[in-house]
Parts: sequence; C-alpha cells; structure tokens
Amino acid sequence: MSSEIEIEDLNAWFGEKHVLKDVSMEMEKNRITAIIGPSGCGKTTLIRCINRMHETVPEARVEGRILLNELDVYQEDPVSIRSRIGMVFQRPNPFPTMSVSENAVAGLKLRGTRDRSVLAEKAKEVLMAVGLWDEVRNELNKPGTSLSGGQQQRLCIARALAVEPEVILMDEPCSALDPVSTMRIEDLIYRLRENYTIIIVTHNMQQAARISDRTAFLYMGELIEYGPTKRLFEKPENELTERYISGRFG
Amino acid sequence: MEKFRLVTAAFAISLAALALALFTQLLTSSLPAVERFGLTFLFDTIWDPVMEVFGALPFVYGTLVTSLIALLIAVPLSIGAAVFLTQYVPTRTSYLLSFLIEIIAAIPSVVIGLWGIFVLIPFMRDPLGTFLVECLGFIPLFQGPVFGPSIMTGAIILAIMIIPIITSITKDAINTTPELQREGLVALGSTRWEVITKIILPYARPGIIGGVMLGLGRAVGETMAITMVIGNTPSIPASLLAPGDTLASVIANQFSEATSAIHTSALIELGLILFVITVVINICARLILRREVARE
Repeated sequence: MSSEIEIEDLNAWFGEKHVLKDVSMEMEKNRITAIIGPSGCGKTTLIRCINRMHETVPEARVEGRILLNELDVYQEDPVSIRSRIGMVFQRPNPFPTMSVSENAVAGLKLRGTRDRSVLAEKAKEVLMAVGLWDEVRNELNKPGTSLSGGQQQRLCIARALAVEPEVILMDEPCSALDPVSTMRIEDLIYRLRENYTIIIVTHNMQQAARISDRTAFLYMGELIEYGPTKRLFEKPENELTERYISGRFG
Repeated sequence: MEKFRLVTAAFAISLAALALALFTQLLTSSLPAVERFGLTFLFDTIWDPVMEVFGALPFVYGTLVTSLIALLIAVPLSIGAAVFLTQYVPTRTSYLLSFLIEIIAAIPSVVIGLWGIFVLIPFMRDPLGTFLVECLGFIPLFQGPVFGPSIMTGAIILAIMIIPIITSITKDAINTTPELQREGLVALGSTRWEVITKIILPYARPGIIGGVMLGLGRAVGETMAITMVIGNTPSIPASLLAPGDTLASVIANQFSEATSAIHTSALIELGLILFVITVVINICARLILRREVARE
C-alpha cells in the first residue's frame, strides 16, 4: 500500500536557526517527488521532519502538521511512524556486524519476526526487488559492508523495503556513488513508484528531471516553487527557480 | 637528525630499562623470603611476623575478591551512567553531571578513606550489613556477625574510586559510534533501547572493555582508602562482611614497623606478587582489545 503525505505550515529549527519556514505541500501517492535546492536550503530537514528524524538531533524543534493519509504524524508514536515511512541515507549505511541477508531483514527482526524461513524468504524477496539477488546470492553470509558502494546502497533500499513501508524518503541516495551505480539506483527508484510513494532529495537537477513526477524548489528554508517536473524545468514561474535550474547560482 | 634519533632512542630505552630495574630490584630484595618459604609462601594462610611465619594467600584473596566485587558494582553503574549521559540528557546537563562524576577521581585517596571511616563503616554496620545478613544470610558469603570494616566495605570504596574512570572511557567509546549507523537503525523504526543495545553498546564494546581493565588495574593497586576500611586482618573469612586485608594494604601498614630482615623481605615479595598481578591484567587487557579490534 502506498500513501500520500500532506504538509501544513511546517517550521523547523536547529537551536536558534530557523531552517524551514511555513512549508506547505502535498506529495501524491505512487509518485516520485523530488526536492531540489542549493546546499543548506533545508531540503534534507524537510524529509527528516516527515519520519520524525529531525527531532532526534539535540536542540532541534518542529512545528506544524504532517499528515500521512490524514493521520497526524506528530500525534503518533515516532517508532511506528518510522516503520511506515522508510528512509535511505546519503551514504550507504549497512550494519557492519550483520551479514548481507541479516541487513536486508534487520527491520523485521526488530519487529519480532524470529522464524528463519520467513526471514530468509523476505530477504530473497527484497534483494530481488532491488536487483541485488543475482549478484549476492552466494555471499549472503558475508558482512553487509563487504559489498561495493552501489550494492551497499541497494542493500539499504532493500532493508527499507523489507518492513513494507508506505512511503520511502531518500536523502541524496546517489551522492556517494559512481555514474553506473547511480543509473542502476535511478532505474530502481523509478520501478519502486508502482508500489510506494517516493520523496527524494537531490542536488542533481538532471536526476530530478529524469525520474521525478513533481519537483519542489526550496531556497533558504522556503518553498519557492512546486509543480510537475516537466513544467517546472521548462517554464519555471519564479525567477529564483529559473536562475537556479539554469545554473546561475547554487 | 641522526643525533635527535639517538637521543630519543636513549629516552625510550631508559624507560624500558627502568621497568626492568624495578622488577629485578623487587626480585633480589624478596630473594631471602623466596629461598626460605619457597612455593608455600603463595599458599600459606598464616601471616605472623612474631613467629616469622609468612603466607601470602589471605592478601592475594583480599586483593582479588575486593577488586572483583568492586567491578561487579562499578561496571553496571558506570555503563548505565555513560548511556544516560550520552543518550538521554541535553548536552549541558550531561556536561555538568560528567564533571561531578569525574571530580570523584580527583579526590585524594586518603580523603575517600576518611569518608569511608566516618560514613561508610557506620552505614555498613547498620542498615546495609544487617540488611544483607537478613536477606542473604543463608549464603555463607553474607553471614553475620556484621563488623563494619570488612572486605565488602573495601570493595564498595574501590567501586566508588573506579566508577569515574570506567564511566568516562565508556562515554568516549559511545561517542565514537557513527551517527549514520545510529540513524540507520532509528529510521527502521527502532526504540531508543534497541538502538542502545544493538548499535551503540556493540560498537563501544572494545572501549568499554579497555575502561573496565583500567579500572581493575586501579582497584588492584589502590592502597590508602581501602587500608582505612578493610579491617587489616590477615585471614580468609567465609563471609564478605568480615574484615580482611589486601597486598597493598599490608605493605603500607607493616613496612615501617618491619624489624626483622625476613619480615621486610616477605613484604617485598608481596609487592612482587602485586606487580605480577597487575602486569597479567594489563597483558589480558591488551590481548582482549587486540582480538576485539581484529573483529571489526
């Protein structure tokens, strides 16, 4: 199942620093929403508010509402929210103490699944879903960190898929990867939209243009422009957006 | 440049030589006792300077048992404190609390000993000692009568003294956990408890073991504070609530009063045993750490 996200008047702070200012937007289900903008514009903070990761940093604060299928995320238990909204990070972070297959189903184990055959089956399912199964089927017991960077990132995506989330947040998932690995991950993301709502932060505008359905441009903590990707890149309505996508600042 | 290399080499070699010289000095000075008592010195339970009968076992027992109990008390407390200070409180509160804990390490040993005499010993008599006897008296380790100065009192004093070291090293080890690992587990929908037990403590394990070993080294060698509260009785009591003695304590207590050459030599041999115990602990610590690092 996939879900939609609605953000209303979201404000976020790090200590005194106001990093998100009155952001309101909707992310449609089964679509890829890209968030672009120069470094420090608040794009990572925006997605970290959605799964309530922002507040785990000391001195961080959030105000406003975020609805997951009309359910107020900030009225729920953050642990259960995070199991419905998965996340993939900038750099691949498989757990070094766990094998490839243990990494893939780490989230299921947290939730108390002990049955080995269930876990093995799920590991195979998600590793196939990210196109990693054929590459690692003989290395399932090796440490997750022994894989290549691109493979590690796909393993992290598999790990997020295994808990069957409704939404997947991706924070510049390709920024640490080579072009070939990046292409494979982009293909994967594009396929995943059939089953999940995907929100991806990227500083690579070509990437946003290639894979996303809608794009949001953030600048200095404010949502400047949000619309269908094609329209936003071809006919930006705001001058700032136009200057950013044409590469005149950033 | 070559001269500089020679000078530094001289420094390094002289330090190694110092350790060796110390060991040989201990060895030669304890030779009279070694020749006279042989191996029975290690296993004899009687220490009687008047009759010139010397056995080290009560002191070895006292040293090892007090240090071990001190670890049993201090390790859970220290790890708990370190987890709390790094995971549950705001930075400023953590800083203040850590400072207060580290202050304990700065208190002179003799001052802690005074506190032991005036506060801990009365507290051991009543209520702690009587409480232990009432609840656990059926185990020989906790049978009465309650004295006040005892092996248990010494162990508690040692625990207090090693808590700051273990807490501080555990905190440092926890702080080296990569943020990306921690967040990876949090984002999967894990509780704070799961993050601590599955990511933070496993990651910090080598550091924690190092801290525990350092604490153990300190506990084994600690002299002044424990001398003031252990009761200084060379025996191996069945109960932890009875007085005992440690290697370091008996050396400090008796060295200035030792009149016969053999008494002095026996005390130096106790020093040699203490030296060997601490070296063994250090070697174990290094071996464990090397294995832990190799696992990474």
